[in-house]
Amino acid sequence: MIDYQSRMNREIQIIKPSAIRKFFDIASEMEDVISLSIGEPDFSTPWHIRQEGIRQLDKGRTHYSPNRGFSELRQELCRWFDRHYGVSYDPGTECLVTVGGSEAIDLCIRTLINPGDEVLIPEPSYVCYVPMTEMAEGVPVIMETKAKDHFRLTPEELLAHITPKTKLLILPYPNNPTGGVMRREHLEAIAKVVIDHDLLVLSDEIYGELTYGDAGHCSMVSIPGMRERTVVVNGFSKAFAMTGWRLGYAMGPKELIAAMTKLHQYVIMSAPTPSQYAAVEALRHGDGDIAYMREQYDMRRRLIVSELNRMGLTCFDPEGAFYVFPSIQKTGLSSDEFCEKLLYEEHVAVVPGTAFGACGEGFVRISYSYSIKHITEALRRIERFVKKYES
Amino acid sequence: MEKVLQLLQENARLSNEQIAVMLNRSTEEVAAAIDDYEKKGIICGYKPLINYEKAGIERASALIELRVTPRKDTGFDAIAEQIMSFEEVESLYLMSGSYDLAVTVNARTMQDIAVFVARRLAPIDGVLSTATHFILHRYKDASVSLQGEEIDEREEQV
Ligand SMILES: Cc1ncc(COP(=O)(O)O)c(C=O)c1O
Repeated sequence: MIDYQSRMNREIQIIKPSAIRKFFDIASEMEDVISLSIGEPDFSTPWHIRQEGIRQLDKGRTHYSPNRGFSELRQELCRWFDRHYGVSYDPGTECLVTVGGSEAIDLCIRTLINPGDEVLIPEPSYVCYVPMTEMAEGVPVIMETKAKDHFRLTPEELLAHITPKTKLLILPYPNNPTGGVMRREHLEAIAKVVIDHDLLVLSDEIYGELTYGDAGHCSMVSIPGMRERTVVVNGFSKAFAMTGWRLGYAMGPKELIAAMTKLHQYVIMSAPTPSQYAAVEALRHGDGDIAYMREQYDMRRRLIVSELNRMGLTCFDPEGAFYVFPSIQKTGLSSDEFCEKLLYEEHVAVVPGTAFGACGEGFVRISYSYSIKHITEALRRIERFVKKYES
Repeated sequence: MEKVLQLLQENARLSNEQIAVMLNRSTEEVAAAIDDYEKKGIICGYKPLINYEKAGIERASALIELRVTPRKDTGFDAIAEQIMSFEEVESLYLMSGSYDLAVTVNARTMQDIAVFVARRLAPIDGVLSTATHFILHRYKDASVSLQGEEIDEREEQV
């Protein structure tokens, strides 16, 4: 008998399976479950974008693309990025097309991190940063963000965690799971500390287009001095409802993009070809789709925030992504208990805050990437549940 | 406040409070807007969408194409008004193309519809011909699928 466990890489043995799936798996076995747990758009990819993918398949465009992605796509990407965030990149050297933002995050971490390097990660946050850091034998250093700060990273918290070993700050805003965003003034305060301490930043802005309010998303790379020390990751999954096409990208200093491309070349070769063509269409003609979907999310967001606050599951006004992160303190339950009881007693699935870091205790993540009808029914059940446990 | 119409179009049972929250308006503003729409006849009514097949209620429907001779003074209007007044008539449209009026009709049975066409529609002065198409099955009505809820195929990832 082979003891596979002992033969595995040390780091892969340490990595914990994601806790988001736990209740989803139970829920999928149950009848009449209404879920508010999914982390992807409920919209299908806009029709004209799908159509372009189909058209290219019809034309037999089924081969590999250049490693970095089609030049036409990189040009459109750089144009789009400049138009939306006011920062220009060279499509030839400063842009890499990846298999989702996920791959770009992995490439960036592996490109930068030596064993023992410290990586600063705000939590609660998306679940991939810690395991990817661990696989690179880096040391994840967790910085807790708080509801009172709208889950923003504060310069004080950042300063308190910087050591001589700190190499990289991961900046995950707009944030999954809290919905927190960093506006320009908040980014400026962080940028000052980053520059003072000569750190690099991986800015995961995958939810950038889902920023609510008049100001719109502010990219970290638009803050003076940050372009040269930041790799910005974005993608098509959330902005264009294109999760299944698996397409994202990284923009950054050409030396870093070149190194990431080297890795990408060996592990991936190139991102999916039909997806890249569809993405060109999305970038050229998709602004209206983004605006439409954002408006729909925004209406749901207002509804769900208002109802949760009314029933005493208090939450601040989340200004980005499609999640709310209410406090469940009032029920006296832990995050895990809350989710388990809510699932078994009211057949509603949400995700415990602890899936996104230990400091998520006392909170749950609720996704509003669902129809109004679906949301209102789930809220009815949640309210009945909360009344029962009110102490 | 056109957004109010859009939201009600999707779900007429949303409360004024809910609509107000979603549109970032006050409840009073929303209530006033809806009142105004109703008074002006822009919102003409609210009804449930019933799937009669599921309810097990016997009901037949047909789409009837009418060719008619317009009258000198009133054109199609007088004939239309006469047809509208039958309670069996669900909708009535003046059409471009190879016929003039499209009538949808509901009754308990197909036989009832046949009788309705023969006894009441066809004899109307000016009706030249009728073509009756019975509806066999409703897949979608008023923008709503009657095939049951779509299954959410999204998978939790990580
Ligand atoms: C914060 C964040 N970053 C990155 C990703 C990865 O997205 P993708 O690989 O589909 O671009 C996700 C997906 O849920 C996410 O929530």
